[in-house]
Amino acid sequence: MFDFGLWKRLRDNGVLGLNDRNANFVLVHNQRRNYPLVDDKVLTKELALKAGAAVPDLFGLIEIQKQVATFPDIVRDKENFVVKPAEGSQGEGIIVVKGRSGDMYRTAGGSLIDENQMAFHLSNILSGVYSLGGQPDKAIIEYCVEFDPVFEALTFRGVPDIRIIVFLGVPVMAMVRLPTRQSDGKANLHQGAIGAGIDMATGVTLTAVKGNSVVDTHPDTLNKVSGTQIPNWPVLLDMAARSFEMTNLGYQGIDIVLDRDRGPLILELNARPGLNIQIANRAGLRHRLEAVERNRNALRAVGDRVAFTIENFGAREAQAA
Amino acid sequence: MSKKHLYVLTGILAGVAALVFLYKLFILEFPITPGERTETWRVEARILVQATGGAGKVTLNIPQTAGNFTVISQNFVTGGWGLTTATEGHNRQATYSINRAEGEHALYYRAVVHRAKTVRAPPGARAEEPEIPEKTTYVDAELSAARTIVRAATREAADNQTLIRLVMKQLNTPQPEGPAEFLLKNNKGSRGIAEVGAELLKIGGLPARAVHGLALKPDRRKARFEHWVEYYSDGAWRPYDPKTDRFETPADSMPWWYGRTRLVHTLGTGKTETIISVREAFEFTLRTALTQARNVEKNLVEFSVFGLPLQTQAVYQLLLTVPVGILLLVILRNVIGMKTFGTFMPVLIALAFRQTELVWGIVLFGIVLSIGIGVRFYLERLKLLLVPRLASVVIVVVVIMAFLSIVSHKLGFDRGLSVALFPIVILAMTIERMTIVWDERGPQEAFKQAFGSLIVSILCYLAMNLPLVQHLVFVFPETLLVVLAGTLLLGRYSGYRLLELPRFRVLGGGR
Repeated sequence: MFDFGLWKRLRDNGVLGLNDRNANFVLVHNQRRNYPLVDDKVLTKELALKAGAAVPDLFGLIEIQKQVATFPDIVRDKENFVVKPAEGSQGEGIIVVKGRSGDMYRTAGGSLIDENQMAFHLSNILSGVYSLGGQPDKAIIEYCVEFDPVFEALTFRGVPDIRIIVFLGVPVMAMVRLPTRQSDGKANLHQGAIGAGIDMATGVTLTAVKGNSVVDTHPDTLNKVSGTQIPNWPVLLDMAARSFEMTNLGYQGIDIVLDRDRGPLILELNARPGLNIQIANRAGLRHRLEAVERNRNALRAVGDRVAFTIENFGAREAQAA
Repeated sequence: MSKKHLYVLTGILAGVAALVFLYKLFILEFPITPGERTETWRVEARILVQATGGAGKVTLNIPQTAGNFTVISQNFVTGGWGLTTATEGHNRQATYSINRAEGEHALYYRAVVHRAKTVRAPPGARAEEPEIPEKTTYVDAELSAARTIVRAATREAADNQTLIRLVMKQLNTPQPEGPAEFLLKNNKGSRGIAEVGAELLKIGGLPARAVHGLALKPDRRKARFEHWVEYYSDGAWRPYDPKTDRFETPADSMPWWYGRTRLVHTLGTGKTETIISVREAFEFTLRTALTQARNVEKNLVEFSVFGLPLQTQAVYQLLLTVPVGILLLVILRNVIGMKTFGTFMPVLIALAFRQTELVWGIVLFGIVLSIGIGVRFYLERLKLLLVPRLASVVIVVVVIMAFLSIVSHKLGFDRGLSVALFPIVILAMTIERMTIVWDERGPQEAFKQAFGSLIVSILCYLAMNLPLVQHLVFVFPETLLVVLAGTLLLGRYSGYRLLELPRFRVLGGGR
């Protein structure tokens, strides 16, 4: 009934479980008082700007019910924009608008919503439907990323993003999340998006995870997922490494989107990043985390940390390890 | 470092628990399994008195040793009131009195009663010879109505027993007629039948009295009285139970007081309320607290759950099992990896199951949940904001529960009434969470989590309902320290959750 062999093999492969992540990494390295920095996306944006990192422009912020009426003014001259809760989790409550059709907003998923539906959605965000603990929230209206064509063949509508796990300032594992028809244009694995592993040394994609299984073709475009080179990979690694100084969270995930014109932009940070990234990379996190912990004292400067990543966590090195 | 700290802490907790446990087990000889006890009952009467400012007097009939019941000890909590006891006719009475009182007062009477397995023959002529014929209190019209019945009965009766049966038959019919109806008046219950019956027998020349006895059932927080008749013959009082038409005491009933008086009389006070509770006590209550004179042990028992009022004890018997359910919940969530709606919702549902019983609990839970989800999906169309929407769901849940109770009562399933014990707000939150999961992750995931919650609830119910678990946590509450230690240890468990194994199966390849 109980597969001890599997348990042992997973442990030998360094697969990180939920209890292990929470007990030995999140609880130990992430101080609770720093959580608001990543839970509130408005704060995250300010921090990133202060640190000199690029983020999507903030068009407007709706904090109280009365301001919902100002929404049409905020987006009057914007063709494309994104509406999202400041403290949302797992990509819930996000509406991506790509143009209009008469009085209606056209979403990235292809459906149309009118002004009333939008106002209701904003009210829902404010009342905390999508926020972590159900507390009142704010609605962010921001620049909609014009995504870099590099993933065009691997995306069904929506914006793909790159998730990098950063431990003590060292990028340890990454994946690119590719929206599918099932995920309705959202880059969220729980909603059906696929996640492709990334070779940390080169920035070339590996195979992907869909649900809990490994795939190598995009379910909608049927193109091969592996072998795509992510442009500016060293820049992404540098951004990820610097995010540690932004929040002081020892164990965090950073979500980056690639904009056609503006390059990599930080979308958000996450204090409890998911574990399916291991399936995307077909590798466990634990050995990499232990390697960082062992060399902790030598890894002070950003440059050293990025170099450590390239040297130790490439796909070839990982296989050899 | 923190792990070492944790191990020391849990070690101390477990050590203390083990020491207290062993002391109670071997020195005080507390029973380790629920079966090892003799029949001892703790009875409590709580009288709530609304004093009106002047002098007040409350008289309570108190039980006496009778038949196979022995009153081992009794005590009174008077809260500043004076107390006297006296014998009044067949009854023993306690009188609480005060010169000047205002506001609400609670007066307690507590007794420990032992029941012998067999009915002891009344030793010698212990029952005093009653004055024959005892005077009846009937006069005028009542007396002549009573005589009509008795005359008819004595004409046909061959002996005492047939006389009793003939008299009682007149009273004990669904629709009493003529003189019987007149005598019973507005008092047609079993109490009226016993009281009028005793009067009639007295008029017929047979010494008799109505008996009001307490039904000894486990853990009655609001106990009820049974009423029957005793007649005096061959030097002893002998019982007759009108309900069953047999010459025996109703099963498990302890005689409390006799005659046509009420349990509590008040003078000079406002509203009073009397609550009687009963619970089965344990052997050691007797042995340690009462027969052993060593003070330390006496204090130990008094300074424990057993020192609390009976009603509160019944609450704690339920409450003390909650940590066991919670430990199981932690194991199921953090070691097995089951998903549930709301962290502690399954334990609260399991508590409700204890009242509704399992099968009915599951049926009622399912009905409330499915109707609630239907309504919630309808509300979704109205585009309501979060707080009013949640409030609407709570109201709907209350209405559904009332409706279910009424329907099941009309259909004769009284089990359905217990639906009221479900935690309303928890159900409403479950409905809300389930519809959101339904919307965002599809019905499959919603049912998976609902089913998971139900399974966890059932397992918690089963664990909390084991007689051994209930007995151990109640008699040895120090076991809860072990439960706490286990829960603390699980807080640092960082191994895989069992359900993660299939999730990461593809990563389990060889290297």
